[in-house]
Amino acid sequence: MRETGAPISKDARPASVAEEMAALLSAVAESRDRAAFQALFEHFAPRVKAFVQRQGTDPHMAEEVVQETMVNVWRKAGQFDPAKASVSTWIFTIARNLRIDLIRRANRPTPDMNDPALVPEPEPRAHEVISRQQDAERLRTAVAGLPKEQREVLHLAFFEEKAHGTVASELGIPLGTVKSRIRLAFRRIRSELGEVR
Amino acid sequence: MRISHHQSEALLLDYATGALGEAWSLAIATHLALCPQCRQTLSDMEEVGGAVLEALSPAPVAADAFEAVLARLDGTPAQPETAVAQPKPTVAPPPGVVASAGELPILPQPLRGYVGGDVDSLAWKRLGLGAYQLPIRTRDETAQARLLRIPAGRPVPEHGHGGLEMTLVLCGAFSDVTGEYRRGDLQVADESLDHQPHAAEGEDCICLAVTDAPLRFKSLAARLVQPLVGI
Repeated sequence: MRETGAPISKDARPASVAEEMAALLSAVAESRDRAAFQALFEHFAPRVKAFVQRQGTDPHMAEEVVQETMVNVWRKAGQFDPAKASVSTWIFTIARNLRIDLIRRANRPTPDMNDPALVPEPEPRAHEVISRQQDAERLRTAVAGLPKEQREVLHLAFFEEKAHGTVASELGIPLGTVKSRIRLAFRRIRSELGEVR
Repeated sequence: MRISHHQSEALLLDYATGALGEAWSLAIATHLALCPQCRQTLSDMEEVGGAVLEALSPAPVAADAFEAVLARLDGTPAQPETAVAQPKPTVAPPPGVVASAGELPILPQPLRGYVGGDVDSLAWKRLGLGAYQLPIRTRDETAQARLLRIPAGRPVPEHGHGGLEMTLVLCGAFSDVTGEYRRGDLQVADESLDHQPHAAEGEDCICLAVTDAPLRFKSLAARLVQPLVGI
């Protein structure tokens, strides 16, 4: 029995769930470590399942998205950059894209970061030297600390594939209120992020 | 980079959550290529998505799910990307299509791939009054994307749009009552904005426009007899 909390490096026990996940993913990328992959699976597969189910996906397709997401985690582990995103964010984007692809059968246009026409960042941003893993911890706290009505619209925005108009009628509040709550929620979260940048 | 804020932030969030349709997403993604600031905002929004995912109560997966995933790792060769299947350029942009050798393409990705090349290699369709358009095919049936090419110093042919209109400037500039928009600037307008965009002098204005389908340009004759509203 593998203890999922077991440190990957011998140096020290990872300081947070986010850092532990990043260490597991890097073990998958560097040495195709199946025990590390299993630990990632046990943490993320049930969360991705919950995520997809809350979007109203039928159980069979939800399971398919979960499994395909984890297959992608294994295959693309080498592309994960801990300076750019936390593991949970990276997996969120994989699941999101798969849902668009497998369930909506639609394209999701994205910029090409290697395109010569892409306008690069003006200069290396100092805060990006700070690990995104620390951002992730702060964000989790910030999301948890949002007022209920802001958290509610945020959850609906992320987990139910609904236009803002539908969210409004479901909550029985005007569309403008939904939009301003989303704005408030983001402003608050981004100011939390600002403190560590 | 100029971006009309209230509505575009909501659209960027829809792009982040995956709720935004393909045609609108094409405009957002092309704007992102030109706007590092919005890329940062998107990355923050996705980070929130990750935080919310992390906070969800786990739901049980199938008892054999892990074994099923392992079997896929062992049993099947690496498959081509399934996550993002984007149309590839039908023709690779030939070297001559950019203004001159060594210059950057005017149309960034993913737009260049959707239209199959850069601005000078396209089969523009005449709109009248010296303006041209190029409808862009997507699988999105709820909105229509098109390139517009408006001669320098001229008004944009009047067109009806009952809902949302998103305009991304790629070349030249246009202005209306809300201000001037240059390369990379994204205007999001709804029916409440009564505007008559005008291309700036000096250079043709090339824009990516996305509107709730269908969008119809009024005929030249209709335009001539019908006084323009609001000006």
